[in-house]
Amino acid sequence: MAYNLQEVMANKPSRLTSGHRMCAGCGAPSVARMILRALKPEDHAVIANATGCMEVSTFIYPYTAWKDSFIHTAFECAGATLSGAEAAYQSMKKQGKLPQDKDTKFIAFGGDGGTYDIGLQSLSGAMERGHDMVYVCYDNGAYMNTGIQRSSATPRFADTTTSPAGSVVPGKMQNRKDLTLIMANHHLPYVAQTLAMTNFKDLYEKSEKAIYTEGPAFLNVLAPCPRGWGYNTEDLMVINKLAADTCYWPLYEVVNGKYHITYKPAKKLPIEEFLKPQKRFKHMFKPGNEWMIQEFQAEVDRRWQELLELEEMTNKE
Amino acid sequence: MGIRERLSGNEAVATAMKQINPDVVAAFPITPSTEIPQYFSTFVSNGQVDTNFVAVESEHSAMSACIGSESAGARTMTATSANGLSLMWEMIYIASSLRLPIVMSLVNRAVSGPLNIHNDHSDAMGARDSGWIQLFSENNQEAYDNTIMANRIAEHKDVLLPLMVCQDGFITSHSIENIELIEDDKVKEFVGKYTPEHYLLDSENPMAVGPLDLQAYLFEHKAQQAIAMKNAKKVILEVAEEFEKMTGRKYGLFEEYKLEDAEYVIVCMNSTAGTAKAAADELRANGVKAGVLKVRVFRPFPGEEIAKALSKAKAVAVLDKADSLNGQGGALYEDVVSGMYNEKLTIPTINYVYGIGGRDTTVNDIKSVYSDLEKLESKPENPYRYLGLRGDK
Repeated sequence: MAYNLQEVMANKPSRLTSGHRMCAGCGAPSVARMILRALKPEDHAVIANATGCMEVSTFIYPYTAWKDSFIHTAFECAGATLSGAEAAYQSMKKQGKLPQDKDTKFIAFGGDGGTYDIGLQSLSGAMERGHDMVYVCYDNGAYMNTGIQRSSATPRFADTTTSPAGSVVPGKMQNRKDLTLIMANHHLPYVAQTLAMTNFKDLYEKSEKAIYTEGPAFLNVLAPCPRGWGYNTEDLMVINKLAADTCYWPLYEVVNGKYHITYKPAKKLPIEEFLKPQKRFKHMFKPGNEWMIQEFQAEVDRRWQELLELEEMTNKE
Repeated sequence: MGIRERLSGNEAVATAMKQINPDVVAAFPITPSTEIPQYFSTFVSNGQVDTNFVAVESEHSAMSACIGSESAGARTMTATSANGLSLMWEMIYIASSLRLPIVMSLVNRAVSGPLNIHNDHSDAMGARDSGWIQLFSENNQEAYDNTIMANRIAEHKDVLLPLMVCQDGFITSHSIENIELIEDDKVKEFVGKYTPEHYLLDSENPMAVGPLDLQAYLFEHKAQQAIAMKNAKKVILEVAEEFEKMTGRKYGLFEEYKLEDAEYVIVCMNSTAGTAKAAADELRANGVKAGVLKVRVFRPFPGEEIAKALSKAKAVAVLDKADSLNGQGGALYEDVVSGMYNEKLTIPTINYVYGIGGRDTTVNDIKSVYSDLEKLESKPENPYRYLGLRGDK
């Protein structure tokens, strides 16, 4: 699976056009474009989208930014909606009602609100039923579309509009849910966690595997949000890199139950490096709040260690 | 000549679905409609249909999957009851707004709470403004026949709306009665192939479904749904006419039972019509000119036609098997009287809410309604009443 960014960009035109209304510095559209570039040019795709930033910014009647077939129904049911389209495809293809020489791939996009929270049941059901589809969560760590409310993907201590950092309660008090592990424990053929880093290689390769592995696949992709996280729009790629280098967002895949960490930073950076450029963590750096950083670091370390152990355990001879 | 059988209402609907052979069925079990996906899965497991059966994890996902499937270009069906339909609520509006001719079998049951599994019409009445065509069925034969006609109506280019076929939970869904089935090949020919103009799986012509639809367009889109609903009335009658040619069984927007000379008329839906007909027959033997108007098509509502059919009556009682809890009257009553008002018909008309949560409604109960009608003053006191309720009414 040779990967060359220039070749991919040159040979595979974007299937999500420019002119959509996502914010400058938003991580989601670059992620979506790259995932769609992993489609073979000759393949058709049906894309489902949960209600959220991406949907309301890319398909405002009568315009659409999607070149493939696209369906949006509601917030919590991108998984179920796409599972229906995939079921239709299987049925109609088997009955000879569709051209036999044309393949259609099925990809759902949902934010963390539509995936970790309100859409978790729909996602779990669709994956368990074994539909040949990929569900992509673009995780920006809060309900950004409605104005930065906390979600179960929001990290501890983050300042959001429903977990504001106040004089008594210092932001969100709970640790984030680990959705990637939840999906791995559905025992799917392919589960991966990734982000758009350096030359997008990790994201591209995992997307290709997810799309072309038969059966259900899940991708959890970190997609920073400049408004919700409070970083400068031009720093998107810096934030992504720091998320990987601090092991806040480990890059790994689970292939038929085997864990494989695809990026192990040569030097694991302290979590402050990731937290510091983001306004949502500003209060953690006030004198007297050092314990917050320590506890945040401890949780990152604990989860990283757990992942290392999972990798070791599942790859024993 | 059809095939004589003995089937329950659920078996009848499942049999119709088998004969229709849809591309996809997505459903989640709920009493009393559970048997429909059960029977249907057996047809799938035994290779009697080409359908892909999607055993979803909830009714919300059932309707979401139906929307995905129908948008993709597949003829799609489902079944549910009561709380199942409640859980679908968000999605049934989306199904109709996307103009998807999904067909649902709704086996009517009381919506919680408190929990009750028996029949009333609160589930269907809750969906009356959702943009779905609603057909009601007196017995297993009508549930079967309505299902056979459903796709033709829903998929018509002037309609393109989802459709639900209603029947009474347990009362008809679980009662085994004689039925005349249509031969498989005749059903196949009658229902025809589903050939949507636009669909997601048309890779040559990709399409986008379900936009953000703001102030500049949503109003017009909603008005188009309303026009389609009005169009449905004509299509329902055309399909019924063709159906009659095939089977000899006649269907209209409603059934008029001994209405020609009726002085006292009961308007009702589903299985209660059978009880009302029996009561009317008994009363006619005693010289009371009793009649029944059974509404088959509740959405689109044939208000004008019903008003005309009632124009010679002296008094009318409308029976609602769901209470609207609005301090004014049940849904069927309100629609009937607004139709009468538009036709400048000022016959004394009263409303009875009855049979809630499966409370039995007997021939004697119905006879008491006719008896009330005989005594009815020109401007009735308290037109919003209860039938079969214990204690003060």
